[in-house]
Amino acid sequence: MKLSREQVLHIARLAKLGLTQDEVDRMGEQLSNILENFEVLQNVDTTCVTPTAQPNALKNVLKDDVVKPSLTQDEVLGNAPQRDGDFFRVKVVLE
Amino acid sequence: MLNGRQLTISEAYKLLKTKQVSSVELTQAALDRIEKIDLQVKAIVTVTGELALEQAKKADEMIASGNINPLTGIPAMIKDVICTKGIKTTCSSKMLENFIPPYNATVMEKLNGIGAVMLGKANMDEFAMGSSTENSAFFTTHNPWDLSRVPGGSSGGSAAAVAAGEAIYSLGSDTGGSIRQPASFCSVTGFKPTYGRVSRYGLIAFASSLDQIGPFTQDVNDAALVLNAISGYDTRDSTSVDIPVPDYTKCLTGNIKGMRIGVPKEYFVEGMQKVVVDAIKASIAKLEELGAIIDWNVTLPHTPYALAVYYIIAPSEASANLARYDGVKYGYSYQDTDNMWEAMEKTREFGFGPEVKRRIMLGTYALSAGYYDAYYLKAQKVRTLIRNEFDEVFEKYDALVTPTSPTVPFKIGEKTQDPIQMYLSDVCTIPVNIAGLPAISIPAGFAEGLPIGMQVIGRPFDEATVLKVAHAYQQVTDWHKKRAEL
Repeated sequence: MKLSREQVLHIARLAKLGLTQDEVDRMGEQLSNILENFEVLQNVDTTCVTPTAQPNALKNVLKDDVVKPSLTQDEVLGNAPQRDGDFFRVKVVLE
Repeated sequence: MLNGRQLTISEAYKLLKTKQVSSVELTQAALDRIEKIDLQVKAIVTVTGELALEQAKKADEMIASGNINPLTGIPAMIKDVICTKGIKTTCSSKMLENFIPPYNATVMEKLNGIGAVMLGKANMDEFAMGSSTENSAFFTTHNPWDLSRVPGGSSGGSAAAVAAGEAIYSLGSDTGGSIRQPASFCSVTGFKPTYGRVSRYGLIAFASSLDQIGPFTQDVNDAALVLNAISGYDTRDSTSVDIPVPDYTKCLTGNIKGMRIGVPKEYFVEGMQKVVVDAIKASIAKLEELGAIIDWNVTLPHTPYALAVYYIIAPSEASANLARYDGVKYGYSYQDTDNMWEAMEKTREFGFGPEVKRRIMLGTYALSAGYYDAYYLKAQKVRTLIRNEFDEVFEKYDALVTPTSPTVPFKIGEKTQDPIQMYLSDVCTIPVNIAGLPAISIPAGFAEGLPIGMQVIGRPFDEATVLKVAHAYQQVTDWHKKRAEL
């Protein structure tokens, strides 16, 4: 299937991913080619097959509720592009 | 590299233990080697020379007090996707170019605890997405066997560093072949443990149900030593599995008489180079000479679907994992706007490279309304079939043997314009991640000076058998002893 320009832009918006004009054009073609290769999966009969999310049978990991030291605020904020005191600074959310 | 010869871990350990050499000397020799050749190989993003010498001094003190582990004082390289406290961890991405983790990955805590020495952080495909290291946002790593060719990927820097004698061993990560394929391309030993065997805590996530950390070494014995050090249950990784870790060196008996080894036909894919087929067939004949019972007609019929399953599941998980790069908490941040959404979109536009964007788009599409059932759910169901098929085959065979990669290392630039050709490079390694199995790639020959690798696959959590087969092979061959001349 061929992805339209609108579809490419729609997916990019869902992913909050800015793309240049050039990337939009190329992405449409490349993604279409890749998706075409996925079509083979439709030949596989998966009736009554349960999906696998990850390979091992797992049980829930439960921990005792013990107070332990965590990272300090300075450590957590150490990589923040914009810091304001003990907060991450963000752009205006609500105008 | 000591006096022009590269030491294995076990050789270096003996010299350290008998005080014939100090860790500081070993570490300085490795740093000198890096200084001399890394301008050509370009395996390393960050060299941590001062820290390495400090760690080496501490290791020498540990050794002097009789407290020595096989990895104590041995200089290693770490893939730049593994978090190292206080040391830049970039994922070879502009997004994390200046990111300094506030904590260590579990594997780093384990290594630090036994006095390991870290020389630096190795180059990789951005966010571990790629098969050639050409997707690094910084530079391409060159194959030490032929500098005009790729070292494989995504752990290309880790593989090249060991192949070029810049480190005695290294750590990489493997989501679809990212340890085994570069090990094959650089003629070193590369091991991907069972999913859940090594903690992923502090491994920057690409595809969480597939990622696994593992070692690059010069032989199988060394791989067993590193696995001993990094394996084990960790409550901080909820997919880590709580089963005992054996001493992997104990299984290296050299005896594989009567062992049942299967050769799955589907792995000899169309387009595979004849030199690769010939080398692997010759290698399997060696295993037969050692007394293994070979079945050349094993069949895993769903193998041809593995690539499509992988390229739906891995990008889907990646699109969710990489949603965290929003320019707020850490990493690159576009500031030239007052609009929050625009800032986020531009941060991701300028912070990510083309392959990462392609995978985010692919994953977002496969998970989006109306397509989830047709792509993601379908892929998860076929994943079950692939896993079941392996389970059935492993009732009859102790291990499977295949080529690691369909080709010898390709030229830099040869496949960058065609994503599908690049993806095909991992066709023999991807099914193993889908099923979560342990597998190794070991050197199995050369074609006109270019390395060929053989893959050995085992049952879940049966790393021991994989190592045993690979080790037995290395007792009667010397491909793994050949070194690139640089």
